[in-house]
Amino acid sequence: MSAPKAADVPRWALPAYLLTGTFFGVLLIQSEVVSWFRIQEMFRFQAFHMYGVLGTAVGSAALAIHLLQRFGVRSLDGQTIAVSPKRWDDAYRYRYGIGGVLFGLGWGLAGTCPGPIYALIGEGTLGALVVLVSALAGARTYAAVADRLPQ
Amino acid sequence: MIDILSQPWPWYVAGPLIGVTAALLLVIGNKSFGMSSSLSHLCAATVPGKSPSLQYDWRRRGLWNLVFVVGVVLGGWIAGHGLDHPYPVAVSAATEADLAELGVSLGQGLVPEEIYSLRALATVEGFVVMVLGGFLVGFGARYAGGCTSGHGVMGLANGQWPSLVAVLGFFVGGLVATHLLLPLLLGGAP
Repeated sequence: MSAPKAADVPRWALPAYLLTGTFFGVLLIQSEVVSWFRIQEMFRFQAFHMYGVLGTAVGSAALAIHLLQRFGVRSLDGQTIAVSPKRWDDAYRYRYGIGGVLFGLGWGLAGTCPGPIYALIGEGTLGALVVLVSALAGARTYAAVADRLPQ
Repeated sequence: MIDILSQPWPWYVAGPLIGVTAALLLVIGNKSFGMSSSLSHLCAATVPGKSPSLQYDWRRRGLWNLVFVVGVVLGGWIAGHGLDHPYPVAVSAATEADLAELGVSLGQGLVPEEIYSLRALATVEGFVVMVLGGFLVGFGARYAGGCTSGHGVMGLANGQWPSLVAVLGFFVGGLVATHLLLPLLLGGAP
């Protein structure tokens, strides 16, 4: 196989990732899923909006994965399209539940997950810069203590 | 056209477009849609220290993801400055009433100015929401190995059992934060 390894990103692909990110950033703001108020509405079960967004996002991504693999589409840089499975074994089991709850506590308080943090910073919400720096501190702290936590 | 774009996009438009985003990343370079690995790449690029999980070549593994992140910031800027927004955010009347009870009002933005702004950083409420909340988002996303995008969209779409566990965890945490922590913090009755 002469296909490049996953880590080797050709130069031409970088603008493509930039544009895809721009598209995603616009849609995050315009659909208001970056809004602290919308996240509160979701966790209070008072509107369908967020559930509709997440549900149709999962459905359409599943359809896309299925079709791309069904027709053996290769990526533009020549790789076979494959989504790696998440590990679930004796060494990797508890992290999903425990990490998930901790993330959820943060999501409920700050009302923003990582994608929306970046979009809000661009939009001009300065508080999101504080959230980003704090999230980086959290990610850095996790890396420092990871081997002492149940995985 | 701009009028249509400036309305809040309904869920049945936004959701499928998130699916399109995930598909584009696969088509461009077989990349799995996920935002929170960027937090790790940024740490590996700046303050890796001695942590084994940060000892990797972030340019090789993470450059595409960081370029994607720059795009998201740029997209936020374009939407924030180029398109109009009908503020306050039109959440349901029930949400507006619940938040009013907590002393949080819908203002001219996507987030509540009282607890989510540079000025609010000096208050206990603002500090907990932005700093503690942000810390837990970063810590939890790395611990769980993904966030709303990696587990919530990509993992579930790919039928991953661990992602379902993670997403259930996200909701347990979010419900506790919303119905227990925020009322305690903001002074309403839980």
